[in-house]
Amino acid sequence: MDNVYRSSGFDFSNSIRNHSLAEKGLPLPKATSTGTTIVGCVFKDGIILGADTRATEGPIVADKNCEKIHYITESIRCCGAGTAADTEFVTATISSNMDLHALSTGRKPRVVTAMTMLKRHLYRHQGQVGAALVLGGVDVTGPQLFTIHPHGSTDKLPYVTMGSGSLAAMAIFESSWQPNMTREHALQLVTTAISAGIFNDLGSGSNVDACIITATGTEMLRNFVKPNERVEKERKYTFRRGATAWKSESIRKLIVNEQVTPVAGEAMDVS
Amino acid sequence: MDSIAHPTQRQFNPYSDNGGTILAIAGADFTVIAGDTRQSEGYSIQTRYAPKVFPLTDRAVLAVNGFAADGNMFVKKVKQRLEWYRHAHSKDMPLRAIARLIQTMLYARRFFPFYVYNILGGIEEDGTGAVYSFDPVGSYEREACRAAGAAQSLVQPFLDNQIYFNNQQPAPGTSHPVHLPLPTILSIVIDSFTGATERHIEVGDGLEMYVVLAKGRGVQGLEDVRGVQELSVTEEGERIFVIRRDLKKD
Repeated sequence: MDNVYRSSGFDFSNSIRNHSLAEKGLPLPKATSTGTTIVGCVFKDGIILGADTRATEGPIVADKNCEKIHYITESIRCCGAGTAADTEFVTATISSNMDLHALSTGRKPRVVTAMTMLKRHLYRHQGQVGAALVLGGVDVTGPQLFTIHPHGSTDKLPYVTMGSGSLAAMAIFESSWQPNMTREHALQLVTTAISAGIFNDLGSGSNVDACIITATGTEMLRNFVKPNERVEKERKYTFRRGATAWKSESIRKLIVNEQVTPVAGEAMDVS
Repeated sequence: MDSIAHPTQRQFNPYSDNGGTILAIAGADFTVIAGDTRQSEGYSIQTRYAPKVFPLTDRAVLAVNGFAADGNMFVKKVKQRLEWYRHAHSKDMPLRAIARLIQTMLYARRFFPFYVYNILGGIEEDGTGAVYSFDPVGSYEREACRAAGAAQSLVQPFLDNQIYFNNQQPAPGTSHPVHLPLPTILSIVIDSFTGATERHIEVGDGLEMYVVLAKGRGVQGLEDVRGVQELSVTEEGERIFVIRRDLKKD
């Protein structure tokens, strides 16, 4: 009998089989990718994160309004680009570990802690966990902003972009970002940067999500701007009753009727 | 540096895919030929306005989709051949003859093909609306409707259902119409493209619909269409109109 014990973490037992199948011309199924525009930006009082809301499978739009700004802690959030499942699981895992860390230390966790956990996880898996992240938040040391690449390298910069729309968004930051911006000014800049991705990168689209993190609190602005509302169709596409052909008809009674006969003398006292 | 010389294989791929979608639907005495105007490569938009539908004669319109450079070159060569025909015969080439010409022009490049899917639409000599669709090496067929390009797999099933009434039973004692009226077809074309724009990243920006009307047919069905523009110079013979619409730009 096989060993009953299974180690925790990923199961690699099919990897050799899958590799040989790939060589014989049966490629792995394509994962949903958030071919994405995500950005982060430091301003006077904290951090603003931004993301578009399109998820793609190759050239097909899989989700027109998905959420790419993930919760880590109350004052730390993380934008994800790359393989959708990887960004969702890696942020959920680190969010959970950050909670445990906060409980064991009795302190509010720092952004560098999340960054280190994420980069160690990604480095350990050698790029196989395809998550490209923008991590931002405010902790005891002040506002913090990082990017984390799928292989585990990190950057600490005042304005960052990632995903397939990163060049379009960075063009906006490089021309207009300045130090010590006001909240309104920075939110406008992030919106413009995400919009540049939405309209100029085919992998990005639909709406702008934003998240403002300051020392006083976190504000999640879901669908902050909706510049791509669906237009109304010219015709109605309801089908006439009876439009679907059928080959046979059978109607069965699915409700079971049961005759109940009381045997013992008096009814139970339920008062 | 290797001491032994190995044979090495080098490759240059002259083709690319520029996305977009085209479609054509034939009516009883008209044809609609349409295409979006986005031209893309990978995740980048090269231009938001690159026409894929071209009027050839007073009664023939050609839509090309696939590799844009080949498409433009192919249209240029077809137009040149049609001009030579006019000089030789003092009349425009009939639609079915243009279809056969396109077949031979495509098959001439059997081993270095034009990487394009062609849809030819217009009015036949007998005054009926017609659509001819081609594969890149010249196999062709006359049909009532056809979609091609990036969103073919999204649009063609919709057309099969709405034009050919596939998988729809007619109401008892009735039958499905063989030809639909012009306003209905224009609505279906617009909805095809807005739908494809929603779910395909390479479709969007703009929509161009060409309408070819048979000789003597009035403009009924086009009067209340917003932004319709006539391209033909006389009201005798077949008439060509173009209708432009915006599509979403994300």
